Amino acid sequence: MSAIPAGVERAGAAETPFRRFVSDFCESRVAVAALAMLALIIAVALLAPWIAPQDPYDLRQLDLLDSKMPPGSVGGGGMLHLLGTDAQGRDMLSAIMYGLRTSLAVGVGASFGAMFIGLAAGLIAAYFGGLIETVIMRTVDMQLSFPSILVALILVAGLGQGVDKIIIALMAVQWAYYARTVRGTALVERRKEYIEAARCLALGHRRVVFRHLLPNCLPPLIVVNTVLVASAISLEATLSFLGLGLPITKPSLGLLIANGFQFLLSGKYWISFFPGVALLIIIMCINLVGDQLRDVLNPRLQR
Amino acid sequence: MLVYLIRRLMQSVVVLCVMSLLVFLGVFAIGDPVQILINPLADQAEIDRATAALGLDQPLWRQYWLFLVNAARGDLGRSFVYNVPAIGLILERMPATLELAVTATFFGVILGVPLGMLAGLKPASPVGKSIMAASILGFSLPTFWVGLMLIMVFAVELGWLPSTGRGAATCSLLGLKFSLCTVDGLRHILLPALNLALFKLSLVIRLSRAGTREVVLQDYVKFARAKGLPQSRVVWLHVFKNITIPIVTVLGLELGSTIAFAVVTEWIFAWPGMGKLIIESINVLDRPVIVAYLLVIVFMFIVINLAVDVAYSVLDPRVRLSEQRA
Repeated sequence: MSAIPAGVERAGAAETPFRRFVSDFCESRVAVAALAMLALIIAVALLAPWIAPQDPYDLRQLDLLDSKMPPGSVGGGGMLHLLGTDAQGRDMLSAIMYGLRTSLAVGVGASFGAMFIGLAAGLIAAYFGGLIETVIMRTVDMQLSFPSILVALILVAGLGQGVDKIIIALMAVQWAYYARTVRGTALVERRKEYIEAARCLALGHRRVVFRHLLPNCLPPLIVVNTVLVASAISLEATLSFLGLGLPITKPSLGLLIANGFQFLLSGKYWISFFPGVALLIIIMCINLVGDQLRDVLNPRLQR
Repeated sequence: MLVYLIRRLMQSVVVLCVMSLLVFLGVFAIGDPVQILINPLADQAEIDRATAALGLDQPLWRQYWLFLVNAARGDLGRSFVYNVPAIGLILERMPATLELAVTATFFGVILGVPLGMLAGLKPASPVGKSIMAASILGFSLPTFWVGLMLIMVFAVELGWLPSTGRGAATCSLLGLKFSLCTVDGLRHILLPALNLALFKLSLVIRLSRAGTREVVLQDYVKFARAKGLPQSRVVWLHVFKNITIPIVTVLGLELGSTIAFAVVTEWIFAWPGMGKLIIESINVLDRPVIVAYLLVIVFMFIVINLAVDVAYSVLDPRVRLSEQRA
């Protein structure tokens, strides 16, 4: 518990919890490399409009004569297409950079939205108990007994397409995981003395829940969050690939891969291959960072 | 036990009802199927006739009530597109999906258990480490992309295996068609099954590795070694038998999710199962088929979960079901 970054200002000694957290994290070189890679990817996604060789959605910059060129070829305008071009003559590298933006935004947005809902539901269930807890946790149990892709399919079938709809669908899929994790942690924390002390001081429910209970439930939540961001990105890509996710105007990595699907059979692999590699790298880096966070934040493994 | 079973069954019925309402309302909310199905040049009278023929002019609660009454009779409506009973359409495609899911699970076990045991027996060796790295990769790889890459390598570049469909030469058994019994069918099922097996494979590798690492430390394994039994006998008799229980349990629970995830694999490999049908139906808003598919899947899940719970209580006397709050 002491390893949460929030403890920085409380500790004045040389070995602050935050510093210990950082040094523990840095013990795994693979995790550090994954984190660096992730930072690089996020930077690329954020800076895409400035660093991409081409704006892939500005039709004036596209030339159909440049379509489906293999990686490394030079287009009509004298531009080098490092990763080739797609059927519309779009530079794949630029398309991937823009795709990263959409994929990351949807994945992170949905996952954090789900975290707030799950956090609230889990805390309420754990703190108040009784009928509220039964209703919330039964809903969670019911939802978790079905695989995420099925729940997402039901929702997308119901909601239709669009960025907001897909984010809602992903949030609805993921809140249950957060709710279960938070409730589990909060149930343990609730019985500890500091909560009792806070209650003895006749502090309001809101203050006890948000200022005392919540900060101590965060460490396991951070771990779950990394895993779920990865799964949200992957699920969004899958839905988009099936043609049920994002509209064509907001191409994510999944949609880029879907676009290349039809050209795969004629040997034009690069349209699908490179967006997939980008997706794989993101998911793997997040998973590696998440694995290390789990080890570092796990009190049972604390030395 | 009986009380528990009755309670569980009643719970399952409640879940089924709630899900049917959710599915019905959810599916009802999307678009107007008449717009998609009818000739765009049709006049208002024709549109009204089509709407009435599909029962879409009734109020929502009445549509749901009719749906429930019919569902109780095993009639989940007629497909707007094929104009045949939706449930028949689903059941017709179900064997293909089940065949794929079972074959994928089989691949997962047949490859995963030996690899996992190897990694568990030699956790520090390069072989053990690379097996574990591969399993992390297996968890991270997006399934649909791996499917595309399998097509690219084995169907396009090497030309060894076909990339779509079940093959023409399927044999039929009890009126159901199966691909597994002909060479051509086997060639067709290999890639999709491998693709679907990938996630399962990673899971089985992790489970058998963890199981093996625990079991080799047990006294009976040490004793077997001390007796001078050959390594192969210790591994295949003493270790293998004891790691199977968790693997079987998890695979039982995972069967449902394999069937659900088959949607993606079926779509990529044009495998004519339920999953491909549902994606096509969502795209043309064929409501009865969507609802029927979701209800069939929900029903399957409820049955699987119930069966696993009951099997647990039979296998493990420590789980006293009658004492649980149901």
